[in-house]
Amino acid sequence: MSNSNESIKKVSIIISRGSLEGVYPGLIMANGARMEGIDATLFFTFFGLDAIIDKRMDNLKVATVGNPAMHIPTILGAIPGMSAFATSKMKKEMEKLDIPPVREFIQMIHDAGCEIYACKATVDMFHLTKEDFCPQVDDIISVGQFYEKSAGAQIIFT
Amino acid sequence: MPTKLIAGKNIELDADGNLLKRTDWNEDVAAELAKEEGIDNLTDRHWLVIKYMQKEFDQKGDAPSIRKLTKESGVDTKELYALFPKGPAKKAARIAGLPKPKGCI
Repeated sequence: MSNSNESIKKVSIIISRGSLEGVYPGLIMANGARMEGIDATLFFTFFGLDAIIDKRMDNLKVATVGNPAMHIPTILGAIPGMSAFATSKMKKEMEKLDIPPVREFIQMIHDAGCEIYACKATVDMFHLTKEDFCPQVDDIISVGQFYEKSAGAQIIFT
Repeated sequence: MPTKLIAGKNIELDADGNLLKRTDWNEDVAAELAKEEGIDNLTDRHWLVIKYMQKEFDQKGDAPSIRKLTKESGVDTKELYALFPKGPAKKAARIAGLPKPKGCI
């Protein structure tokens, strides 16, 4: 373990969820790491893969059901269009803060020198290939390779 | 407040080591701050970023986000990280005589 006087040199961030609010924290942390001069690696697994699947990454939605912090009754959250409404509101608020849409953010983070990987087990499970992903995805790697690439890094699971 | 001899002048710094007063800033001070950040030679491209940051700060009261900076200054993300390695927004702000940027993006 590193001691508390030592600054963080490297982070490995896992994004495992595919909702808009599930994806952004990891992206913001990866970008923020690069801005601070910290090495960063992003690893997408399970439904988190939606954020790097070319056909899906522009259509991520806010989950309005099963989230008490939305402060609306679950039954209202289930009404058709509710998720689209919450998504469009959140996207507007993010744009005000200069937080880019997912595709642009992934491009920006990759250009900033962050490596981007997809999880092999999930890729196999969902019958995906490298061609299904946006061009910023560097490789499809196993969990073992993920740990190798994370040597010396703090691992953050989101 | 700590002071430091930069380019022959005693200059007051804030807690982050950035200039306390913009009025202390000049191009010689910028060059010396750049050296401290590991940038030996400020090129035209560096100056483009520095001047843009100062203009934005004067209008908005905070340094621009990296996204805004790359969209409006004509320097893209890859080049920005190459010009100011290991923390572009923070380093460019310091060299420009501005406080550390407050934003997260």
